[in-house]
Amino acid sequence: MATMVSTNGSSSTGTQRVKRGLAEMLKGGVIMDVVNSDQAKIAEDAGACAVMALERVPADIRRDGGVARMSDPEMIMAIQASVSIPVMAKVRIGHFVEAQIIQSLGVDFIDESEVLTPADETHHIDKFDFTIPFVCGATNLGEALRRISEGAALIRSKGEAGTGNMVEAVRHLRSILGDIRKITQADSAELFDWAKKLQAPLSLVQEIAETGKLQVPLFAAGGIATPADAALAMQLGAETVFVGSGIFKSADPAPRAKAIVEATTHFRDADVLARVSRGLGVAMTGIAMDEINETQRFAQRGW
Amino acid sequence: MQVGVLALQGAFAAHSDCLTSIGVQSIEVRNPEQLGSVDALLMPGGESSTMSQLLESSGLFDPIAARIADGMPVFGTCAGMILLASEILDGRSDQRSFSAIDISVRRNAFGRQVDSFEATINSSVGDFHGVFIRAPRIERVGEDVEVLGSFNDEPVLVRQGNVLAASFHPELSNDARLHEYFVSITANRKKV
Repeated sequence: MATMVSTNGSSSTGTQRVKRGLAEMLKGGVIMDVVNSDQAKIAEDAGACAVMALERVPADIRRDGGVARMSDPEMIMAIQASVSIPVMAKVRIGHFVEAQIIQSLGVDFIDESEVLTPADETHHIDKFDFTIPFVCGATNLGEALRRISEGAALIRSKGEAGTGNMVEAVRHLRSILGDIRKITQADSAELFDWAKKLQAPLSLVQEIAETGKLQVPLFAAGGIATPADAALAMQLGAETVFVGSGIFKSADPAPRAKAIVEATTHFRDADVLARVSRGLGVAMTGIAMDEINETQRFAQRGW
Repeated sequence: MQVGVLALQGAFAAHSDCLTSIGVQSIEVRNPEQLGSVDALLMPGGESSTMSQLLESSGLFDPIAARIADGMPVFGTCAGMILLASEILDGRSDQRSFSAIDISVRRNAFGRQVDSFEATINSSVGDFHGVFIRAPRIERVGEDVEVLGSFNDEPVLVRQGNVLAASFHPELSNDARLHEYFVSITANRKKV
């Protein structure tokens, strides 16, 4: 397999271990969508462990329609200059040139994201070709394992971004984690059938049967808008959360951001959750799933 | 013996797995009550600015400082090392540290993720495979600090009394020898 691992003397960059290592470091922290350096600073001040730099949050992409692409490098660079925490950026599914550009900016993590308009309806990016790690969305375990086989260092639920409604994220987390639990109970003959049903490499399915967990960290994304939403994702088994439109589309972003950070750390402590949930003002309005036409659902993008 | 793993944010789960692999009981520490039940504390990698804020909001900062002053063994890796350092360079202005070990540490000094690397580290505890993720650099080492390991002639593993700090991630390389070393520091203290 082609890999962009470079070895200089006795040290190597871009290895799977180094890529998955950064994903490990993000666990239990909140990754927040930001569209400018002011928002990035608010996010960092609130305790975000990373920011996702993008021109429009998913709620606005959904409202505006049209083709959504990689953000302007200038805007990404301004955000990199304004914070000390890791910066992520989104590229279109299959658009490996956008990914090359993002990597050359020194961005820390690439999100090959269904929120942007896909550039390829068959292929995702060969992520082994890059030195920096990729996160990809998944709605089920098969999709997660196909992305891991392409080199993703981190998987997130797709949820339905820009809705402020986490019902889809819950569906995706339950599907991925539920199937992992079932696979650990399967016998060796049944694993062949699991691989076939999931359309995923047998070796990865066998590995899950042995370890009981995904090869890379699993985070939640899509529709998280409140501290309780973040804690729900964590109690379901996500290892941390991405919050997109939920913070900067709410009435008062800074205290909400801080509250979601605390809720993600203390996700099993209902007393803390009650304290941080108080007086946050109005959450983003949100959209019920039956208000969205099937063809306008981001989660269906990806193969 | 029970070892606590500070679980506010970061790679705490990988550290817990390492401790389990060598048969050491561990608990995740998120509040002062949990801290009370541990003999030693491991501070994982992650984002030090995030952890600093959560140390304040969880009410853990002062109790941990008191336990360290009382001699509780602590082991900080990467961001955990930053939290233990006497001086943080390129940190946030409001970032507090425990000043438990006399070193000056520069955040993210090895660069962004594109520069993150793995390499062999020579140390008096043994040779290790070190994983460096947006790693901090130890730029100054105080007189009372022992340099246990280095990479390219730079200190990456240091100890002062019961405080152990590494700029790399032993929890990411399926090698629990440094955890064993830390546990031995704790065990020796308990005997005294």
